[in-house]
Amino acid sequence: MDGIKKSPWILHYDGTSCNGCDIEVLACLTPLYDVERFGIINTGNPKHADVFLITGSVNEQNIPVVKQLYEQMPEPKVVVAVGICATSGGIFAECYNVAGGVDKVIPVDVYVPGCAARPEAIIDGVVKGLEILGEKKKNVGKRK
Amino acid sequence: MNLIKIIAIIILTPLVGGLLTGFDRIISARLQGRQGPPLLQPFYDVLKLTEKESIEVNSMHRFFVYVSLVFVVFTTLIMLSGGDILLAIFALTLGSVFFVLGGYASNSPYNTIGSERELLQIMSYEPMVLLTCIGLYYAQKSFFIKDIISATKPSIIYLPGVFLGLVFVLTFKLRKSPFDLSMSHHGHQEIVKGITTEYSGKDLAVIEVTHWYEVIISLTLVYVFFATVSPISHVFAVIACLLVYLFEIIIDNSSARVKWQHALRSAWVVTGVMGTVNLLILSFF
Ligand code: SF4
Repeated sequence: MDGIKKSPWILHYDGTSCNGCDIEVLACLTPLYDVERFGIINTGNPKHADVFLITGSVNEQNIPVVKQLYEQMPEPKVVVAVGICATSGGIFAECYNVAGGVDKVIPVDVYVPGCAARPEAIIDGVVKGLEILGEKKKNVGKRK
Repeated sequence: MNLIKIIAIIILTPLVGGLLTGFDRIISARLQGRQGPPLLQPFYDVLKLTEKESIEVNSMHRFFVYVSLVFVVFTTLIMLSGGDILLAIFALTLGSVFFVLGGYASNSPYNTIGSERELLQIMSYEPMVLLTCIGLYYAQKSFFIKDIISATKPSIIYLPGVFLGLVFVLTFKLRKSPFDLSMSHHGHQEIVKGITTEYSGKDLAVIEVTHWYEVIISLTLVYVFFATVSPISHVFAVIACLLVYLFEIIIDNSSARVKWQHALRSAWVVTGVMGTVNLLILSFF
């Protein structure tokens, strides 16, 4: 059985977001959407996380932070970029301090569109990430 | 025969403990107006954790978690086979102490603060648990669980105060709010994940399974207060365990975490009043 698909724990990091997407991420936890139905838990700890949910673009200040969080997560792991900022930089792309989308720094597996991304879209993105997580798990086994 | 019994206890205890934790999560979710995860969610979590990579901070901090599990399993075996309750409690404490050492061993600031809080928790609940053992001895003249649960009158008649005190400190042992200082299962994140911050993969799975054993140990302590020689009382005892567990879940969801000073003080005041007064009264008869 695929345990990893039934219990994805999420690490949420706010890059250069306007907080619009963050509020939508947190809305997923509320009774209306209740992501715990799928076993999803919002942990604050990269070492417990399977899914790295990142909102907002990366900037020169937080590049090392994003990299470090990514490296601290145990394999297998997926990265979900939430919102158009995390995908490409969005409306902040031209700012002098913004480096661009999250994929400039770490490999991204799922892009969730929207400004702000709707909770339904975020849940869909995570569920899509789970498929990739399942694939990655097989590969982790192969490499050994 | 004995071997079969031992194996059955080792396998069935975490199964029941995990199911109870699953109920806990569903009831917690319902209390918060949510649907909640499936009943088997704790098992999925542990299954997932065993499939993940275990990051090794240093060789010792993983070792301590496994030692802790061994002692907790040992405690469960003693208790469920009707052994010496005093020995069980000390073995359990040893398990907790190894868990704390594991926290210190990783040298992470979050783990260290979690370990310190875990030590404070041990300090808070340990006196009451010891008084419970002493009270049970006073009431039934034996430290052996098999003698205590085959008495003619249930211990709760002699020890209502001790029982209330025990229910109070079980909140620490079950890692429930307001006394979930060192780690909690809910999304409280103020010190990351407390004592478990540096653990991942299989080690975290072991911590989770250890907790399932501890849930059963805690409820066994409730059980011995109600069980007597008559078979029907064992049904009542199980119902009492479930009610206490439900009560702890409700408390968990309706209260916020308190400061450690308050936790320590309130636990000792309750121990002093409920435990000691009950024992004093008992010693006059
Ligand atoms: S995508 Fe829109 S809502 Fe989300 S962080 Fe960017 S600007 Fe804000």
